[in-house]
Amino acid sequence: MRAVVVTFPGSNCDYDCLQVLRKVMGVDTRFIWHRERDLGDPDLVVLPGGFSYGDYLRAGAIARFSPIVEAVKRYAGRGGIVLGICNGFQILCEAGLLPGALRRNNSLKFRSHDVHVRVETKDTAFTRAYRAGQVLRIPIAHAEGNYIADPATLERLEAEGRVVFRYTTREGARGEGGNPNGSANDIAGIVNAAGNVLGLMPHPERAAEGVLGSTDGLGMFESLVAHCARARVA
Amino acid sequence: MIGAASGGNGSGPAAPEPRPGDPEITPELVADHGLTPEEYNKIVGHLGRTPTFTELGVFSAMWSEHCGYKNSKRLLRLLPTEAPWVIQGPGENAGVIDIGDGYALAFKIESHNHPSAVEPYQGAATGIGGILRDVFTMGARPVAVLDSLHFGDLDSSRVRYLFDGVVRGAGDYGNCVGIPNLGGEAYFDRGYEGNPIINVMCLGIMKREQLIRGEAHGDGNTLMAVGARTGRDGIHGATFASEELGEDSDASRPQVQVGDPFTEKLLLEASLELIRSGHIVGIQDMGAAGITSSASEMAGRSGSGVVIDTALVPVREPGMTPYEILLSESQERMMVVVHRGREEEVRQILAKWELEAAEVGQVTSDGRFRILEDGRPVADIPALPLTEGCPTYEREGIEGEEVRAQREMDLTPYAGGDGDRTADFLRLLASPNLASRRWIHDQYDTTVRTASVIQPGGDAGVLRVRGTRRGIAVTTDCSGRYTYLEPGTGARIAVAEAARNLACAGALPMAVTNNLNFGNPLKPHIYYQLREAVLGMVEACALFETPVTGGNVSLYNETSGTPIYPTPVIGMVGIIEDLERVTRHAFRDEGDAIVLLGRNTDELGASEYLYAMHDIVGGRPPRVDLLAERVLQQALLAMIGEGLLRSAHDCSEGGLACALAESALQEGEDPVGIRVRLADPLPSTALFFGEAQGRAVVSCDPANLERARRLADRYGVPCTKIGTVGAIGGSFIVESADARIEADIREVGAVYFGALPERMDAQ
Repeated sequence: MRAVVVTFPGSNCDYDCLQVLRKVMGVDTRFIWHRERDLGDPDLVVLPGGFSYGDYLRAGAIARFSPIVEAVKRYAGRGGIVLGICNGFQILCEAGLLPGALRRNNSLKFRSHDVHVRVETKDTAFTRAYRAGQVLRIPIAHAEGNYIADPATLERLEAEGRVVFRYTTREGARGEGGNPNGSANDIAGIVNAAGNVLGLMPHPERAAEGVLGSTDGLGMFESLVAHCARARVA
Repeated sequence: MIGAASGGNGSGPAAPEPRPGDPEITPELVADHGLTPEEYNKIVGHLGRTPTFTELGVFSAMWSEHCGYKNSKRLLRLLPTEAPWVIQGPGENAGVIDIGDGYALAFKIESHNHPSAVEPYQGAATGIGGILRDVFTMGARPVAVLDSLHFGDLDSSRVRYLFDGVVRGAGDYGNCVGIPNLGGEAYFDRGYEGNPIINVMCLGIMKREQLIRGEAHGDGNTLMAVGARTGRDGIHGATFASEELGEDSDASRPQVQVGDPFTEKLLLEASLELIRSGHIVGIQDMGAAGITSSASEMAGRSGSGVVIDTALVPVREPGMTPYEILLSESQERMMVVVHRGREEEVRQILAKWELEAAEVGQVTSDGRFRILEDGRPVADIPALPLTEGCPTYEREGIEGEEVRAQREMDLTPYAGGDGDRTADFLRLLASPNLASRRWIHDQYDTTVRTASVIQPGGDAGVLRVRGTRRGIAVTTDCSGRYTYLEPGTGARIAVAEAARNLACAGALPMAVTNNLNFGNPLKPHIYYQLREAVLGMVEACALFETPVTGGNVSLYNETSGTPIYPTPVIGMVGIIEDLERVTRHAFRDEGDAIVLLGRNTDELGASEYLYAMHDIVGGRPPRVDLLAERVLQQALLAMIGEGLLRSAHDCSEGGLACALAESALQEGEDPVGIRVRLADPLPSTALFFGEAQGRAVVSCDPANLERARRLADRYGVPCTKIGTVGAIGGSFIVESADARIEADIREVGAVYFGALPERMDAQ
């Protein structure tokens, strides 16, 4: 399996994603600079977190014009697997690969702490290693993670089971206390209609080694490795 | 070739002449530049003539307290600075120690007090920016920041504005660059009302061979200005930072620089790539005093000279004079010395990161700091007197009468207390000095870089060192009230508490960076504080074998004549040999034994209890026995090394009751009840809330208690089982012979975690 992690000017979780894929999962992983136009032929493309272009104007708003994003769009159009974490999620929304947008947190503050998210569907390339309804403890670190979409889009996301992760309490309950940023329907992560592009605000790469306190994020990378192995065989 | 035209007919460079429009050099102008008549005469002596306006500005910056350490250097020389593991001591951009397996750790602390007092957001942001640059210019990748913050009382809306702005500024900048915050401290006392103390520390890791220094050697090598353009912001910041603040200091806001963390991130990546490329000789941040200090210090360290043409420096606006260009403190700029002939390679690396680089001058062998403006000389100064010749002073130091009276005040009226100790305890715990700091570090990215093993909220922050079993522990400490009431004792306590914090995490203390924040040293009672604090630090650092590898001095922290508390902040780093053994402050399992290491005493002076409950800053700070501290650290490390402890927590401000509460309340986890019974025949106020030094609260499996006791005995450390960890959500009970604290632990948690948000968000 081969993975690429896209580095934009201002990305700061690129190294973390590379480390997890390479060192923890043993995946052949390399960085790809945002000015490149060709992704090569990877099994997985990661858009990492950070502050691409300083988040000036709006998070992800400038990065979407980077040459590599055109290549990512073509790759996703062919069914390639794309994972956008935090700023990567914001870029996917800005680039039109995922619906909706991420606004300032309702607290108007940057928020950095562990949250609990419930796996809403295990039927994706990103989540098969989890149990449906499993509650994960994973860190967030963002100022703009407040997911919003028009009511029709939200309804569609829900009806099609495309809300993959939802903020909850530790016990898995929705409502007050679990949602850290005001996201509509407590949405923490969504997938596109074809099921090959996922964006989420929490950082699974920061919860993939025991020494860091939680391994709840590991299941996402395990799911992806298993999926890609199957895809290669098929 | 720059400077080649200035040679004349073998008669040496022409002496600079005043530029049209330069003000005349008068005694008033000299005084406005913060220089005394004697210092001015020295300058004339070094030059052999009257300085130009540009030269006066350059000397003023380099001979300011901020760059020249004129009132502190003689004391700083007393600090221990050497150990076999020290690779780089004071005098560079950052100190460096060996951390094993071929890795080195660069670290440094720096103040941004004055800018933050007038523009908290940008002041704190650019403080983070500056300290990151100090670390990555050594060749190390920044891996963590900490912030030591001291503010006035939160009752003041101005203080809340400053606190909020500083936290947002430090957070936004560090978050954007992607450097995790690993802790620090926040301290509130009216002693900081007009003049907050904002110290930021950064740590960076590199392979030993990646170390590079801020040097400019190699005659003919090229000086390049890299990064942001030079603007009119921050001109004379170094001199501004060396003056007292007054009523009109808000008018100084234009002297505060504006930060751009995105450019910083690019500069960080580009600099590390440049350093690894082998194309450059040296690199230095253009920090305080901008081009002037970076170029002259690099020349001074290598015994070479430099020539710079200000017309070649990329500027933000036309019409900037050499004076302004040389003294601008615009952020996110670096001075790089490039091997001659490799300029294009350097430019290409920078272009990849969308940064500008301009050739602005050359290294020379004449030992002079020469500045041209479009080929015409405007400054020509011998480099060594400029960087090393700043006159240093030993001032008169006499303790202030008022402080002595406060220290010797009778505390008996407050030492009793037979009322509702539970109510006292909860009120104390809600003090901003004792309550949870979650409101702060929730605004800081603490997990980026996936190396944070212990995040803020514990005794020390802990990072893993990738590719090894080791961890690095780090803390900052200083209780201003102690240092105010007795500076030497306060400084010894700051060092001892830092070392205790590290030992509680299982780390061996290795080295210190310090930040001396004081008032105006020309006042005898301030110089007394400075001298006593440094001497206390000398003693403690020598005994603990934690040499000081660098730091920062910030004097003139006064507003309208009122000085801050003397605040010698200690940033200490330690090494955990095996991260399997890392120890946290929180109790873990029901039934574990709670054990006190060290001894309770009948001391209440300088305590948070007196301040929070009786509004008193007074009494003698707790005694500190440095030898006892040392053996306590050793005993803790031995117990942790043998795997005997489930938790270890330093006992300090707020006393034993608050330390127990902190161990029962771990952020993000269920709180646990405890039952503790203290047999000491002491008044409950001192027993529960006194701040006796040399203590730690640990817990262990009851089966390991005897082994722990025997180890403590071997080190001569008092070791007493005082209680038992209870159930999740149980009762918090601490009792003595005649008093008792009892509360539902969830109620205690609500107070502890709720206090700062209530103060800050419910307005």
